[in-house]
Amino acid sequence: MDSILLFYSFSIYCRWYLGTYCSHTFGANNSVISNTGLGNPIDFKAFMKIWLKVICVALLAYVAVSTFWYPLIPAGLQVNINKINPGENQFTLTGYNTHFVSEKENLQVFVAIDSTARYCGSILNVIDNNHVLVSVNLPDTLSSANIAFVANDNTDGYIIVEQPIKSEGFVLIPGYKEKSCKISVIQTDHKGFGYPYQPIIMETIRNLMWHVPMWFTMFVLMTISFIQSIKSLNSGGRADDNLDKFLDQKKLLISDTKAAMSASTGLVFCLLGLITGSVWARFAWGAWWTNDPQLNGAMVVFIVYVAYFILRNSTPDLEKRARLSSIFNIFAFVLMVVLLMVMPRFTEGLHPGKSGNPAFSQYDLDSSLRVVFYPAVLGFILLGYWLYRINLSIRNIEISNDENEY
Amino acid sequence: MKFQMMKMNIKQLILCAILAISSISSFAQSSGLEEFFYASGKIRVVIVVASIVMTGLLIYVFTLDRRLKKSTKKK
Repeated sequence: MDSILLFYSFSIYCRWYLGTYCSHTFGANNSVISNTGLGNPIDFKAFMKIWLKVICVALLAYVAVSTFWYPLIPAGLQVNINKINPGENQFTLTGYNTHFVSEKENLQVFVAIDSTARYCGSILNVIDNNHVLVSVNLPDTLSSANIAFVANDNTDGYIIVEQPIKSEGFVLIPGYKEKSCKISVIQTDHKGFGYPYQPIIMETIRNLMWHVPMWFTMFVLMTISFIQSIKSLNSGGRADDNLDKFLDQKKLLISDTKAAMSASTGLVFCLLGLITGSVWARFAWGAWWTNDPQLNGAMVVFIVYVAYFILRNSTPDLEKRARLSSIFNIFAFVLMVVLLMVMPRFTEGLHPGKSGNPAFSQYDLDSSLRVVFYPAVLGFILLGYWLYRINLSIRNIEISNDENEY
Repeated sequence: MKFQMMKMNIKQLILCAILAISSISSFAQSSGLEEFFYASGKIRVVIVVASIVMTGLLIYVFTLDRRLKKSTKKK
């Protein structure tokens, strides 16, 4: 019995050793190809090392293409009148991404009164896919002054224009029973895949796939940095004999290097998030920077992490540097969580994610955005982790060079 | 000498960046920029944002590459 166990454990050890040998000499790529045996932990690791990168590249390619591939779903932009009268009203309805020309036969335009009654218009001219000239006859008596202009066809579904409009010369009787016209088209939703249309945001809703993952990636990298800082503080100072002390110090420095490199990669993503956010703000809100708690919080976090690196460079002694910067890093992480996740939810501002909601809940209802948004987040997180590992290995080469110099 | 040259380059680069940013912000006050970016449903903003992310990451990879070259040359 004992000998079987011994043999078995020895064989596992041999396989493990061979696995490490292969991955060291031939690199991770070859060990998977040459050594496809199942149940070997080293193989699994090498397998993951490649496949995470492949998945990362595939996800990012998918995101880059589908960000621009799909159109926005059709929506109503405006009508060219600002008041309506009893009798004939003539107006041009402007849609966005609509198909008025190809749906000429089925197209219907009507004026909806408080979503209970409707007055159909006769289509005078379909100017192009996005413009249609309509005339509507309205009676003297209406039940409500709450008016919307609606177009409907088989491809686009309901296209609703809700803009403030004056109603002049009507007798308003609440509860008045109006004669609604019949509509022949039943299609309510747009056919096919598309991103939701929002009035001012318009096409820039696609920025969601580029701007928001930056912050997710930064958050993950800063979390890695935070964990490594705790690890580095946790090791060192407990050993009694000299060898243990040396090993502990080594551990301290290794964890500290990991923390610093993770934070530096995270800082790049933070900077990219700030710049892209600023550009988006310029064309959605009209200013490069607004006094929004989320924006200012992000800027403070950026400055705090820059201060982390200044603190590191100001301390020449390695061990002291590791301890000081680890403590600073823990506080910086807590500050980041408070400033980016907690504070904006209790304050007013332009940035989405106010009053107790996560930052993208405004678009949360729409599944078409999620289909691209979640892969984007995952892809960028994997890319961030990949860059962090590269950064770390370069730093280790630099450190070993420095050690060889002295 | 080489180090000084690099320093000069960085200074020039920062100056260029500041000038570029200031020119953009002065350009923004005129309606030209807005007209350009508001056309066709503001799709150009998305292109700019995506290319900022791509170029930013590329620049980062290039700096990593330069560091790697430097540290392997020393050996």
